[in-house]
Order: sequence, then C-alpha cells, then structure tokens
Amino acid sequence: MSPRGADDLPEFPPPVESPRRRSRPKRGATASARTGGEAQYGSRVSDYPGRLFIVEGIDGSGKSTQLTLLAQWLRGNGYPVVFSEWNSSPVVKSTTSRGKKRKLLTPLTFSLIHATDFSDRVEREIIPSLKAGAIVLADRYVYTAFARDVTRGVPPRWVRSLYRFAVVPTMAFYFRVPLDTALKRILSGRPNLKWYEAGMDLDLDTDVEESYRLFQGRIMKEYEQIVTEYGLHVIDAIKPVEVQQRLLRQAILPHVEHLVRQRETA
Amino acid sequence: MKRFGSYGEGIPGLDLADLTGWLIVIEGPDGVGRSTHVSRLREHLERLGYAVAETGLSRSDLASRGITRAKQGNTLGSNAFNLYYATDFADRLEHQIVPALRAGFVMLTDRYIYSLIARAIVRGADGEWIKNVYSFSLKPDAVFYLRVDAEELVPRVLAEGGFDYWESGMDLPMGEDLYDSFINYQRRVIQELDILATEFEFDTLDATRPVEANAEQLARRVSELLDATESSRMESSG
Repeated sequence: MSPRGADDLPEFPPPVESPRRRSRPKRGATASARTGGEAQYGSRVSDYPGRLFIVEGIDGSGKSTQLTLLAQWLRGNGYPVVFSEWNSSPVVKSTTSRGKKRKLLTPLTFSLIHATDFSDRVEREIIPSLKAGAIVLADRYVYTAFARDVTRGVPPRWVRSLYRFAVVPTMAFYFRVPLDTALKRILSGRPNLKWYEAGMDLDLDTDVEESYRLFQGRIMKEYEQIVTEYGLHVIDAIKPVEVQQRLLRQAILPHVEHLVRQRETA
Repeated sequence: MKRFGSYGEGIPGLDLADLTGWLIVIEGPDGVGRSTHVSRLREHLERLGYAVAETGLSRSDLASRGITRAKQGNTLGSNAFNLYYATDFADRLEHQIVPALRAGFVMLTDRYIYSLIARAIVRGADGEWIKNVYSFSLKPDAVFYLRVDAEELVPRVLAEGGFDYWESGMDLPMGEDLYDSFINYQRRVIQELDILATEFEFDTLDATRPVEANAEQLARRVSELLDATESSRMESSG
C-alpha cells in the first residue's frame, strides 16, 4: 500500500475563475426558483484545454449510438478521445450492483452511490483527460441523476448541490424523443428489465413493463425541466441517424478545432 | 407529537412524526474512548429499562465492504471517498437508526455526521458543500463531544496497537512519518470538530478527566433528557 502522492490531493474548492471568465455569464449558474440558492452544480466552469461533450436522454433515445459515431469520427480525424460511461467506476461498482441485486437501495442511497461513482470518474478520469487536452465524451452526466433522483423523491435542490463538484460540459445534448417511440425501441427487444431500471422501487405498478413505462414518462418530464434550466442543446431524435450525427458534428466542431491532433508518422 | 427535525429537507419518504425514540451521539477523535462511554451508557440505560441500540461509522450493510476494499487498494479519488462515506452513513441512518427510533429505542451512535464532515474538510472538501450533502440527516437529541488535544491521544493509540494508516491521515500525508502525520492530522480534525461543536451546540466533556467522572456526567445528562421528553409526552397526552 503506497501513500497517495500530491497529484491526488482533493480538487476542492473549485478553481478560482480567471478575470477573463468573470465577465462571461456562467451556464448553469442561473438558479431557478425551484432550486435557488448557493452551492449548486454549475459553479465549476472548466479552464482546462480539453473539451467535454455529454449526451442525455431517456433509454431508447439513441444517444449512445450517436456518441459512439461521434467518437469514431473524432478519432478518425486524429483527436484524442476519452469515453466516460455512467456508473462505471470499478471500486464503487461492486457496491452499486450489490445494492441493486439485493434491493438495498433507497432513493437517498441510490442517489449518493451514483454521486460517489461519478465523483471518482470526475477525479480520476474526466479532469485528468481534460487537463491533457483530450475530448471527453460522456454517455449520461449529472442531468441523469437530477432527472432520476428527483423522480424518486429526492429534493431537486439537494441533488444539485450534491453534484457541485462536477465540471460543466462544453456542450450538453438532450436527445428528445416521443415516449412511445423510445419505449417501442426498448420493449420490442424483449429486455430483461431490472428492478431499479423499471422503477419498481417507486411502487408505480406491480407489472414490470408498465412500471417502466410510467417511470420513463416521469423521467422525461424531469428532463424537460432540466433542458430549460441548464440550456441543454436539444436534438430531435426522431430524425434519421445520419442527420442527427451531422448536426452533432457541426455543433461541436468549432469547440475542438484548436485541439492538438495526432498525425500519422512514417 | 413530532420531536425530530432534519438539517435540510429530510429523508425522501420519511415522516419524522413516526420517530418516537431518542438519538444520542458520542463524538470525538480517534482513540478518545468513545466506545467505552457508549457501552457504559448502554448499561446505565438498560438498567433504567430503556431499549438501547448502537451503531458506529462504516458498519453499513450496503457500503462497508466496498469501503474496506477501496481503502486496501487505495484506489478511490478523495472526494469520491467523502461521498462513499456519506452513502454508508445514509444506509445506516435509514436501515439502523430510523427503524430503532421508530420502535422507540434509545439509539447510541458512536460518531455521527460531524466526524465525517470534519474528516472531509481536512481532506480538502468545501465545508459548505459537505454540510449540504449531509443535510438529509436527523438532528440528534444530544451530541456529547469528548474533547482532548491530539498529543493526549498518543498513549491511548499506543496502548491499542499503534498508529493506523487512515487515523494518521497518511493518505494525505501530513508529516514525514506516522507519528508526525498522526499529530498533524488529528490536530486538524480536532480543530474542525471544535468549530462544529459551536455551530451545532455540542455538549462538550473534557476527556482528560477520569473515565468514571465523564461516565457519570453522561449518564446524568442523558437521564435528564429522557425524563424531560417523557414528561412533555405525559402533558401532551394527558
């Protein structure tokens, strides 16, 4: 067991903003009446050379497909790309899956364990990659927690404060899709819906599939709220895949052109 | 009659009016003798006929294994550690403390959110943020703070087998060796606990006094507290 080095020292408090930034309005910092107050998510604007793009949307919105296509395109053009997935920190994962399997999680601990996982990824994956000048692509971000946890009854303001340490993304995309379309995409594949995934802990319905429908519907309503609150960029997810992808590429290109690309060497 | 309050918006789905027990917290740095006082207090209260339950830090069913593993591998980011502890605490609060309070037990808690907040601050967390994270917690009926200076902890720690890596803050680290780091780390933790003691109105006991004296004082204060609630219950029902 080796003691951690100075590089692993905590990242708090958030970096002091440079004067250049001060005049610019901070995205996400405008607190709505619903969540108003200090110490909210949105205060940690990144000054790192890298760029962070994230996708959000309900299951079956097609966001992961789009992000994968984007990653391939960026890599093909020589950009350094780091992929960060929701709920993937190796150490925390065992607790999360244990909690899910044994149904030990309450709305509160569900929220906290996901924040723990996310925090680990921010510290050990996202921030170092951004410092190194990479393009970080995240499939789901804090907004997933805001939507799901609030649907489970966690106070909106508390969960926004919980995620204050998170870096505000360069751009955040919300894949808007009609509920029925998304449900058809997921349910026609005969999925093995898990307890928490279907929102069974909310007692919405005893039937797993019906519970899932109701749960997704509620999450979608929360997302719509979040889109306005944080100014997420809406992508119309019923458009053809290639049309959405073109929009996505157009949107991010101006933010990445300055980054160092890798050239093929002889 | 609703006795309990929360520091924030409370626990999702919990009606505080359902809680009829008592929540008594013993706080203090590592090795100050908290567990001795918890068991003394337990004996005292059981003699009086109260149902008593105990809990301590990182003993939750959900997260304690994960935390142990993360400590061994030393592979978790430091802010993630803070949140892991918060998860663990929330699990104990909902699955041990709340059920006991609902059943009318006296819940003796060996450390509560305050030690966790103090440790997080020493490890660089923003104070306002970490307090907000823990704002779902119940306000205890009383917090007894066993207060000592860091130097006085040394003989106790030596008697119990020597310096622990984490209790010495070696993950930071705060000195050249375990001893230096222990002193510096515990000094900082105590400093933060002192600040919290004022903010959250702890009942502070001088832990350099003989165990007997503190045990008696604790027993007396807790008895008074229980009597006071019971007589106000009689009034409101009679």
